[in-house]
Parts: sequence; C-alpha cells; structure tokens
Amino acid sequence: MDIDVITAYLPRFWDALLLTLRIGWQGVALALALGVACAAAVHWKIPVLRQIAGGYIGLFRNTPLLVQLFFLYFALPKIGVRISAETCGKLGLGLLGGAYMAETFRSGLESIPLIQTESAQSLGMRPAQVFGYVILPQAVASSVPGLLANVIFLLKETSVFSTVSLMDLMFTAKDLIGMYAKTIECLTLLVIFYLIMLLPVSVLGSWLERRLRYAEFGD
Amino acid sequence: MQSLGIDVLFKGTNFLRLLGGLWVALRISLISVAVSIVLGVGMGVLMTSRSRVLKAVFRIYLETVRIMPQMVLLFIVYFGTTRVFGWNLEAETSAVIVFSFWGTAEMGDLVRGALQSIPAIQWQSAQALGMEPAQVYSLVILPQTIRRLIPLSINLITRMVKTTSLVMMIGIVEVLKVAQQIIEANRRASPNAAFGVFGAVFLLYFLICWPVGRLAGYLEKRWS
Repeated sequence: MDIDVITAYLPRFWDALLLTLRIGWQGVALALALGVACAAAVHWKIPVLRQIAGGYIGLFRNTPLLVQLFFLYFALPKIGVRISAETCGKLGLGLLGGAYMAETFRSGLESIPLIQTESAQSLGMRPAQVFGYVILPQAVASSVPGLLANVIFLLKETSVFSTVSLMDLMFTAKDLIGMYAKTIECLTLLVIFYLIMLLPVSVLGSWLERRLRYAEFGD
Repeated sequence: MQSLGIDVLFKGTNFLRLLGGLWVALRISLISVAVSIVLGVGMGVLMTSRSRVLKAVFRIYLETVRIMPQMVLLFIVYFGTTRVFGWNLEAETSAVIVFSFWGTAEMGDLVRGALQSIPAIQWQSAQALGMEPAQVYSLVILPQTIRRLIPLSINLITRMVKTTSLVMMIGIVEVLKVAQQIIEANRRASPNAAFGVFGAVFLLYFLICWPVGRLAGYLEKRWS
C-alpha cells in the first residue's frame, strides 16, 4: 500500500463520487415520483393507468439494470431516441427504482388494516381526512424501512454506470488499475468511497426505522 | 423503414448463441444459489444462537455484503486476490465465490427471520402435548419455517439471476457480451441490430425472472 499513490488518486475518486451522487439523487427522486404515481394508480384501481403501471413494474423489477441501461443507451438511438450517458444513467436508475418504490408504497398502503378506515369513518371523517390523517401517516411509517433499503440498493446499482462510459467510482477504479496497475490502492479507495456514500444512508435508515415506529398500530 | 435487427437475431446460430450466453450467466447463479442455500441454512440456524460473538460476527458479515456493491466484491476477488496472494482465479470461479458469499449472507438472514417468526407458543404447545424436541422440530417448527422461507428464497434466487449480468465486467462472455459480439459482426449489413438484439436480451431476462417471481407471490399468498 502506497500512501502517495492514494493521495494522488484522491481527487479523481472524489470527482467520481460527486458524479455518482449527482446522478444518484436525481435517479432516486425520479424513482420516488414514479413510485408514488404507480402506487396510487394501482391502489385506487384507476383504469388503464393501473394496467400500465402493473406492466411497467413487472418489466423493470424482473430485468437487471445493466440490461436496461444497454437498452436505453445502445438500442433506443436506433429508433431515433438519442440520450446522453448521464441522462441515461438517471433515467435507468429512476425507471428501475420506480418499480421497486411502487411496490414498497403499495405494500405500505395495503398494510393498514381495514378497521382503521372504518373507525375513522365512524368518527365522521371525510374520505380525504381518512386518507390524510389516518392511512397516509401509518403507510409512510411502514414504508420507510423499505424505502431506504431501496435507496441503498439504487446507490449500489450505480456501480454499473461505467458500462455506458460514465466516469463513476467503478470506472475510475478500473481505469486507474488499467493504467498504473496499483490494484490494491485503487480497490481500497473504491471500498472507502462506497462506504462514504452508503454508510450514512444505512445508519439513517436504522435510526428512522426506530424513530417512526410510534406511528405503528398495536403492540 | 430499416430493419431493427429482428432478422439478425434469427440469422445463422445467433439466437442459439444468445441462449448459450444466457446459460453461462444462469449456470453461475444456479451454482451460487445451491451453495448459498446450503451455507445459508447453517448460518441462519447459528444466527439464532445466544452467543453474542457469533451474532456480532454475522451482523458485520451481513452488513458488509449489504453495503458493498456486488461489482466491488467482484473486482476485489477477481483483481485483488491476484495481486495480494498471487492466485490466478478464473473469472467464473471468482463470480461463484462472490455470489455465494453474498447469497449465503442474505439466505442466512432469511432463515434466521423465518425461524424467529415462529411464535414461542408453538414450541410450548408442542411440548405440552408431550412431543420430544426432535419431534417438535420436524413436525411443528420446520414445516412452518419452510413455508415462510420458500417464497422469500425464490425472490432471492431471481435477484441473484439478475445480478449475475454483472459478470461481463470481469470478462466472462455471457449474454450481454454475446449480444455485443453479434451486433458488431453485423454492423454493416444491419446497423440498427442493437435494438432487436438488446431488446431480445431484455425480454429473455424478463421471461426467466417474471414467472419465477409470480410463483413466489403465489406460494406466499397460498401459504400465509
């Protein structure tokens, strides 16, 4: 292990981390939006939209991100849809994540027993109130652990971005290993930088999980 | 309208080659799944033990595997071990090691969860009926554990199948790599082949994982 090599490589890894985070958070944001929309379409059984959401969720949950990215980046231009590598990364992450988020939200909504709705109705609440004051807070609380697990999963999945020539952490490591063969230093930096990115989310996840338990019904 | 590569897909042995590539990826995941199930069951049982040290060790193992992207683990095993220990692992062996390492941790956690989800009253009732510990285990605890476990482990299997697409990054010629080769070989005759060929890979993965996932969902509903 050579400390000089590590300090020399640091800036490149730092840039790669920033790129990964930039694409990562935008992808996660898109995933959340798609997830909420699809979960709503499925939960309220909105005709047509519900079928589209179902098909989309099935398709993207059952294929690897790598294959999705290849399709977006190499196949779509052949029918005239040309997108930059970065957009492709965001879109791929968002589409993959949306399908997982939708499932998490949906099961969060479904986990609220019917008696909650009935009790709220018998107290004279209007449907909007039942949803806003009774169902939603509990559904959100019960989806949070799954949601953060999804965020970790998505940030981990960014490691395939190098295949569409985005200079993320993986790309940087592979590139530097290829040029200077400082394998150990590069792999160490790679692990450290992924920890920097993912440990906070993981810790936040377990903290929020404990914190939000107050909204749980029963025990 | 130019052809979008559907013709390329069925030219010569192209489609068979794609399926061959898919089999390479599937074989790696199936071997890893088998190893993970065997080791994971052992690990899950050990995780329910009262030993603090054992629990801490498994916790760290599990968290490590959950936080590190599989791709990083692949690089560490494939490139790192050559450098540090001078091992010359084949790419496929490295892949099996990494996916088994990951799968064992996940499977272990599933087994632990399933074992702990059986309420203590099941033990107590069975004992009150005069059953021997071995009988309690085989007649009461195991059947319930397995029912909870099977849908979850099927989901883990589909996750592993999807993740093995990463092995192309360490130079294994699996389905995506074969797809690239086919597209390259037909670049002149069919410049738009990427659409049809990558589309086919997309659909192939879907056709494998979707029915398996449905089966898991069905079993979960039926047995819960």
